[in-house]
Amino acid sequence: MDDKKYTPVIGLEIHVELKTKSKMFCGCLADYFGHKPNTHCCPVCLGLPGALPVPNKTAIDWCIMIGLALNCKIPNFSKFDRKNYFYPDLPKGYQISQYDKPFCIDGKLEINVDSYKKLIGITRVHMEEDTGKLIHSMVDGKDVSLIDFNRSSVPLVEIVTEPDFKNSKEVKIFLQKLQQVVRYLGVSNADMEKGDMRLEPNISLKITGEKSLPKYKVEVKNINSFKFVEKAIDFEIKRQKEILESGETPAQETRGFDEKKGKTVSQRSKEEAHDYRYFPEPDIPPIKFTDLEIDSLKKAMPELPDEKFKRLQKEHSLSEYDSEILTREKSTADYFEEAVKIGKDHNVLPKQIANTIINKKINVNNVLPAELIKMIISTTQVAAIDEGELEKIVKMVLDENPKAVEDYKNGKTQAIGFLIGMISRKLNNIKLDSQKVKKILERHLN
Amino acid sequence: MKINVSNIAKLANLALEDNEKKSFEDQLSEILNYVEKLKELNTDAVSETSQVTDLENVKREDKTTPSLSQEEVLSNTSSKHNGFFKTEAILTE
Amino acid sequence: MDLNGLTLTAVKKGLLKKDFSSVELVKSCLSQIDKFDSQINSFITVCQETAIKQAELSDEEIKNGNDLPLLGVPIAVKDLFLTKDVRTTAASNVLKDYIPQYDATVVEKLKDAGAVIVGKLNCDAWAHGSSGENSDFGPTKNPWNKEYIPGGSSSGSAAALASGMCIASTGTDTGGSIRLPASFCNVVGLKPTYGKVSRYGIVAMASSLDSIGHFTKTVEDNALFLNVTAGKDILDATTPDIKVPDYTKNIKNGLRGIKIGIPKEYATKKEGIDENILRVFGDSLKQFESLGAKIIEISLPHTEYAIACYYIIQPAEVSSNLARYDGIRYGNTRQNFGKEAKRRIMLGTYTLSSGYYDAYYKKAMKVRTLIKKDFEDAFNKVDAMITPVSPTLPWKLGEKINDPLKMYLSDIFTVTANLAGIPGLSVPAGFINGFPVGIQILGKHFSEELLYRIGYAYEQETKFYEQKPNL
Repeated sequence: MDDKKYTPVIGLEIHVELKTKSKMFCGCLADYFGHKPNTHCCPVCLGLPGALPVPNKTAIDWCIMIGLALNCKIPNFSKFDRKNYFYPDLPKGYQISQYDKPFCIDGKLEINVDSYKKLIGITRVHMEEDTGKLIHSMVDGKDVSLIDFNRSSVPLVEIVTEPDFKNSKEVKIFLQKLQQVVRYLGVSNADMEKGDMRLEPNISLKITGEKSLPKYKVEVKNINSFKFVEKAIDFEIKRQKEILESGETPAQETRGFDEKKGKTVSQRSKEEAHDYRYFPEPDIPPIKFTDLEIDSLKKAMPELPDEKFKRLQKEHSLSEYDSEILTREKSTADYFEEAVKIGKDHNVLPKQIANTIINKKINVNNVLPAELIKMIISTTQVAAIDEGELEKIVKMVLDENPKAVEDYKNGKTQAIGFLIGMISRKLNNIKLDSQKVKKILERHLN
Repeated sequence: MKINVSNIAKLANLALEDNEKKSFEDQLSEILNYVEKLKELNTDAVSETSQVTDLENVKREDKTTPSLSQEEVLSNTSSKHNGFFKTEAILTE
Repeated sequence: MDLNGLTLTAVKKGLLKKDFSSVELVKSCLSQIDKFDSQINSFITVCQETAIKQAELSDEEIKNGNDLPLLGVPIAVKDLFLTKDVRTTAASNVLKDYIPQYDATVVEKLKDAGAVIVGKLNCDAWAHGSSGENSDFGPTKNPWNKEYIPGGSSSGSAAALASGMCIASTGTDTGGSIRLPASFCNVVGLKPTYGKVSRYGIVAMASSLDSIGHFTKTVEDNALFLNVTAGKDILDATTPDIKVPDYTKNIKNGLRGIKIGIPKEYATKKEGIDENILRVFGDSLKQFESLGAKIIEISLPHTEYAIACYYIIQPAEVSSNLARYDGIRYGNTRQNFGKEAKRRIMLGTYTLSSGYYDAYYKKAMKVRTLIKKDFEDAFNKVDAMITPVSPTLPWKLGEKINDPLKMYLSDIFTVTANLAGIPGLSVPAGFINGFPVGIQILGKHFSEELLYRIGYAYEQETKFYEQKPNL
């Protein structure tokens, strides 16, 4: 958006579904996708009379890890709270969530937007439980809602950012980064299309240059795919701009994104502000962390994308470009490093491996690292030779061919070609990096 | 103390008859007047008690345990369809 | 004596010695129910067939020389406890036809201990009440005088036991709902320490206040029963992992040297407290002194704020706990809630709502800290406390039903224990005009063994439990 009068103010609320084995507060299977309805429910996640919640230790640990990966502070004291409201997919009539003492606060994540870097503030990261699934249907000629509680009480991590985004591109890049981090941690598949990563941006416009935040904000729901993120946000920004330019203020409301029409639509039923009547969850004792526990969680975390990105460049002399591609997915990076290990024994350089993987678009699931090395050795333009070994051979060739040396020194620079050929013969005629060898020869000759 | 009984009933998902509303308004006012008594106490320096067990960090391992069968889940309603609970159409999001 | 009139201890002995069979015993209770429950109305569901079947199986076990703590013993369960495949109503039309898909943990434990469940007991709907009159299945009557209330909310539990319809019964105590009816019906009622007994599978009233307890004819019976129900439950995160002692072991150790505190706020003559009750209470103190206890006056300075504190916290939690009853997955719609339930839901919704939370709920949570501290300070000076249970005698059916606040004020001596989470044992202490009067023994967290010691000594000295109502 190129308009100078208004600047978008965008904050995000993202929900990430954790791929734990069991649900957040009970032992039912957490993997609900594609199962027959209401086959993974128990008194707890069904909200039967008398049922009580017991929190999933792994889910909590993973939530902390997400917070740590987002550079958050982890307060020593935390608790669950009840968020009370009525909806058919909410079996208890309240959702167990976190209100004023979330697990993680005050974090930040840096994003790389083509020409600049930006630090996005993370307000909080907390735990809650998912609801059941409502499906609209027609049964016996009547409009009905069908409810499946298999998803009820699956662990959800909610991430709230500061309103630091200025355009949809920043949002998309942030989401991709977050998805990458979460996948690296191995705690979620973070698939927007499957619903295990959900986005609700809050969008408003302020007059460019003004310090204070706008007095309204519009929440947009129902963005179900990465490809719609920019579209939905751009539409909403445009819509608000038009209202502001006409002298009105956009209504504070929740709007849903209509994929087919490519626009956001007001949601009548949600116009009243919810009074959630939060109070501390009496059925779950508070959670306290010691510094030691948080440290051990930190240590248990795998290397994160940014760290790996930097390390691969340093350790394996890779370019930023190469390293970025290789670290997009943890499995690719792990594959690369495995290949490097094997490659060491066969004089295959990391750079060659990187190039092959990237340029030849190797499917890391189909080709074993060892096979890749074999492939490189046989098809590569040049063989990697140990520097020291090469130096020895260069010296030897120079010693054995004094006439060529003299010719070169007398101005017959083409003699160097002869010397390269001799070196190659010494190495059983493997294909040499002639530029490299030339440089070494020149160094010795001059 | 004037209580908006209609608003509260709505929040609480209760449908009240008109005659109920008046009597509830009176009774709730009386009770709320009584509990105002707590204002007599200065609690500025007092922490809140929301749990009396002194327990902390009660969690469970991430293991699965048997669920109810679909039949058991649906056993107490007559409003069902193909394994789903069935209810009046909710205005979609 | 008819078999149904025996104590649990006597029944265990008799079954083991094969003086009678479980079938005879269970049939004796069922026959009592048949004869008198149309007048008392303590049962909502009677499990005639399954009880006899269970009794037959128990007799087989006994014949084979097997023994379990409650093998073959007929008990009854408050209709808030979920019993798999047996209708559980919470005494409300909302759950009139609800057939639970699972057993409460306590019910499982009782079954595993061999108990025979003869039926589900009437109570105030959702445990909301102190008289038994809030049931959608009709009020329960006091067996000592059927025009009077038996106390609530565990009305059926106390009345059925006092009427000889079972050997023991379960109950819940959120603000006095075990201790009050125990005191009005001349039976022993225990409100254990919060978290001592699992709440899993029991219709929740107020989650931070609900205590799961039981009624028996004698103190020793009560200890036997607690041996079965107490203990950590992995399905209830508020049950601590503390070893369960044998509560009967030291029960006869006597009172010598025990320091018993009398909170002056509970024992002083004032408006609203029946003088006769204070007199009976005073008599009991003399008994305790003669048994070797040291009586010390103490103070619980925040007592006068307890009801206000309780009636903010409890309805708030109630309003949230009753939100799951929307008629979709089970039960009938919310229109079927009775007046008292609606009243508490609305009160709770109001005090939790935006703008009011700080003034009410948050404030009440702070006062709760003060009340809790009163007890902690007092228990530094004394080992236990004794107080009256009710400021009045049982009242006539219908007398307080239109005055909710008046009804709430009858909880004045009992709510403090729930706010602090401490245990309380109600034991018979005498009669006034033919009505039973109880006293309660309070101790610090997990002091049930001491409460039983004190209760046992007093009971054996006074033997009030031997008196039975004339049905």
